Amino acid sequence: MKAKVYVTLKKSIADPQGTAIKGMLNKIGFSRVEDVRIGKLIELDLGNVEKENAEAQLTEMCEKLLANTVIEEYRFELEK
Amino acid sequence: MKFGIIVFPGSNCDIDCYYALKIELNQEVEYIWHDTENIDDFDCIILPGGFSYGDYLRCGAAAANTRIMESVKEHAQKGKLVIGICNGFQVLTEVGLLPGALIRNRNLKFICDTSVVKIENIDSPFTNQLKKGEIINLPIAHGEGNYVADEDTLKKLKENEQILFTYQGNPNGSILDIAGICNEKRNVLGMMPHPERACEALLGNIDGKAIFESIIVFLQGGESK
Amino acid sequence: MSTRYEEVGLKQEEYDKILDYLGREPNELELNMYGVMWSEHCSYKHSKVLFKHFPTSGKNVLQGPGENAGIVDIGDNLAVAMKIESHNHPSAIEPYQGAATGVGGIIRDIFAMGARPIALLNSLRFGEIENSDRVKFLLDGVVEGIAGYGNCMGIPTVGGEVYFNSSYKGNPLVNAMCVGVIKHDKIHRANASGVGNSIMYIGAATGRDGMGGASFASVELTEQSEEKKSAVQVGDPFMEKLLLEACLELLDTDCIVGIQDLGAAGLTSACCETATKGEGGMEIDVLKVPRREKNMLPIEIMISESQERMLLIVKKGRENEVREIVEKWNLHAVIIGTVTDNDRLIVREGDAVVGDMPAQSLDSSGAPKYYKDYEIPKYIEEVRKFRSSDIDEPTDYNETLLKILTAPNIASKEWIYRQYDHRVRTNTVVAPGSDAAVIRIRGTNKGIALTTDCNSRFCYLDPREGSKIAVTEAARNIVCSGATPLAITDGLNFGSPEKPDRFWQFRECVIGIGEACRELDTPVISGNVSFYNETEDSAIYPTPIIGMVGVLDDVSKACTMEFKSAGEVIILLGKTKDEIGGSEYLSRIHNLESGHVPYLNFALEKKIQKLILSAIDKELLCSAHDLSEGGLAVALAECCIGNNLGAKIDIKTKLRTDIELFSETQSRFIVSLKQKDVYELVVELEDEKIPFTIIGEVAESDFRIDVNNKEVVSLKTELMAEKWRGALKCLME
Repeated sequence: MKAKVYVTLKKSIADPQGTAIKGMLNKIGFSRVEDVRIGKLIELDLGNVEKENAEAQLTEMCEKLLANTVIEEYRFELEK
Repeated sequence: MKFGIIVFPGSNCDIDCYYALKIELNQEVEYIWHDTENIDDFDCIILPGGFSYGDYLRCGAAAANTRIMESVKEHAQKGKLVIGICNGFQVLTEVGLLPGALIRNRNLKFICDTSVVKIENIDSPFTNQLKKGEIINLPIAHGEGNYVADEDTLKKLKENEQILFTYQGNPNGSILDIAGICNEKRNVLGMMPHPERACEALLGNIDGKAIFESIIVFLQGGESK
Repeated sequence: MSTRYEEVGLKQEEYDKILDYLGREPNELELNMYGVMWSEHCSYKHSKVLFKHFPTSGKNVLQGPGENAGIVDIGDNLAVAMKIESHNHPSAIEPYQGAATGVGGIIRDIFAMGARPIALLNSLRFGEIENSDRVKFLLDGVVEGIAGYGNCMGIPTVGGEVYFNSSYKGNPLVNAMCVGVIKHDKIHRANASGVGNSIMYIGAATGRDGMGGASFASVELTEQSEEKKSAVQVGDPFMEKLLLEACLELLDTDCIVGIQDLGAAGLTSACCETATKGEGGMEIDVLKVPRREKNMLPIEIMISESQERMLLIVKKGRENEVREIVEKWNLHAVIIGTVTDNDRLIVREGDAVVGDMPAQSLDSSGAPKYYKDYEIPKYIEEVRKFRSSDIDEPTDYNETLLKILTAPNIASKEWIYRQYDHRVRTNTVVAPGSDAAVIRIRGTNKGIALTTDCNSRFCYLDPREGSKIAVTEAARNIVCSGATPLAITDGLNFGSPEKPDRFWQFRECVIGIGEACRELDTPVISGNVSFYNETEDSAIYPTPIIGMVGVLDDVSKACTMEFKSAGEVIILLGKTKDEIGGSEYLSRIHNLESGHVPYLNFALEKKIQKLILSAIDKELLCSAHDLSEGGLAVALAECCIGNNLGAKIDIKTKLRTDIELFSETQSRFIVSLKQKDVYELVVELEDEKIPFTIIGEVAESDFRIDVNNKEVVSLKTELMAEKWRGALKCLME
């Protein structure tokens, strides 16, 4: 089972990287871009596990290591 | 009285802390390899600067998930002293011993400079040899020292006077100009500036010594100034 | 359609040479191995013939060129290992990774000798930065790459130089230098001796990154170069940090016979270089090599330039000790082959022999050598027609000085070095921003001074004199910090050696460096050649970067350039002449890069350097600074800015004021000292017949220069400082 985990900064946390990239996009002609947020995409191969087990594992991984829930939020997708 | 400096793979200010304590402050100090379990012998644990485990994923995240950090948590729960400097501060927030988090500097660049630091509270094991409102110069060297926390946390930090150090001329965007905080029990300190880099006249700055001297006075059971 | 040998960057005559060595047609693997090993980057085939001009030995030299790094004695059983290396083409394509892996590579060269790296420096060249987003992008990426790697390794980046000139527009230069300390009895070499000893591989797994990087570095950059992005390696400083600690611990045991980093040309180069320095033969199995990707071909494994890998030659029977130490650092060591005595490099894929070549034929001793034709370039005659009377004298010297202080070449480089951790390891006594960085050697009273230098405009106008000046200016920087110059490493960056005018520049520079190094007693102990730094229509200015090390017996006496307090007396050592050719003033104010370069008198130079060293040792001087780009006025401003002090200067001269203020005459220094020490210094200067002038004194905050009793410059130091500090930052943000 393969999984994709998306980790992003919480809306309430300033994202200096995103702000800088928004500025650059505006500068090179994409003037309508109003907001940019940068996050991480983590691709995992979980091996041979059941869907429910996989979800439980991913939640634990995110809580323990992949995301810092003080500033970040996460979501994941499972792929066959 | 014994200081212990935890060495993770990728720590690189371990040596700086060691020499500052051993030579400039004449203290008993040892390195603690990251797979050590028992740290009962030590009175003060230092988590040094550097890039533990490459700081991949997030600064301090991998180090926070090591066995030795369980021991550090127990050490802190007993009321013994823990200091995290720079990467060590990041580890302490990741492991939950200190509130908040450290994110990328406002200008997105690594900053190596001398920061001007104001002493906000002298009622702690780490600042008792300083004066309230005193201004000192401390080196900084970090890419992610921009302190953030939610409103409730900030309110608590202020109410409990946990903010020990603030920047004059905020270099990295830290909220409330925070440079260093302690926990509610006042036995765990996290700070981005490097006091260990400011302990020797040859290197042009000895302002950091007072922080270590405060700890020594505290551990000797001495009175604050 | 290109032939087989052209595909790997070789010529017909070179292919014939391979046929001679093998007595048969090479297979694809063998041909590719010859291709990378006989590239300019690995074989020095166009440059080696000229190296006889370099002095490479001396009483302090423990290891000259030919190893991973050179080593020079600093006394008390301690020595310094150092080397500079270019990573120009990778940085032009992908600035962050190009620069980062350049730093990674040079650090490995130092710890492969058994030395602990203690400092990094760099030397950078870009096109004109004003109005060029491309240059800003490159500078930003290169600086971040250097910072990203060096900071994570915990090795302070303590010095360097950055210049902007349109000749580097399509071909920036990124040269990285690393310096390490080592005890005399711990020096290790790249040597595969002892038949039956094991070849062990440690570090990162081998992937397809950096395929053929060495040959990529040996061709000119073209539009298609962007497509070569696959040739750029990705660095992992954390892996390197583990590798560094593991290797130093291993080298403290006696298990290791030889050690070599896998740099340019990867395993191919590491195997044949260690083999030829040992018993002569080696057999390895590519299937034993840890690989990151599936289905890699033997060719890919042999020429990959994946980073953070080392090859160890381990005493037979001691392999498990090596494994244990390496595993402590979360790394793995695997045996990939053995040392043999049959002079052959044999590559196996399991049981099958897939390559079999005389080891020596691959390395630089077996590679072809050329002594190319050279001729004086046409531009030389034209640029030397300039006379200083051709230009008009400025009317407002305040404005002129400020314009020069804000020139990207002169302005403060703080925006750059603020991103480098220059204090980690708490040994940095003099940080970036002075003439040379000074690093304390822990456990002793000693310090070493480090600098990189090259005025490539001078080298363009007169390569031989320009390169002499580069060496001499490096020595001046070292001397101003109070250290005795010991040795150099040179990063030679040039255009194509196959073009006679470019090769003339190279030859002149090599001869000039050799002469200066003999005069100043600073042998060349290591270096790097980077040719083909050109784009379709033009070459870079000849850029022989000089990295120099010096030693201070008492590091607490280290001297810096900035004035210390008001009232100090300012003395100019040396005498200013009408030598405005090639100056920053001429370029910035008059938009000219022409003229004769200043004359260099070694006899006078050596006398002054010796006197400054003795004056610093006697603690007579408060500050010392050499005069270089921008001449007297800029040097004075720099001395004032550090501590936000002023100066009151009074000059009597027969020269035109602009020449007096901005001429770049050699062998000049500004020193400041307390009034009570002036007499002692003056007596010594007179005894040595060194020309000098007491030109004024340090003031509180006003910077004022009078020439022949007329005020020509009057500025607040604060204003100069603000403009000087802000110029580069303002361009970048």
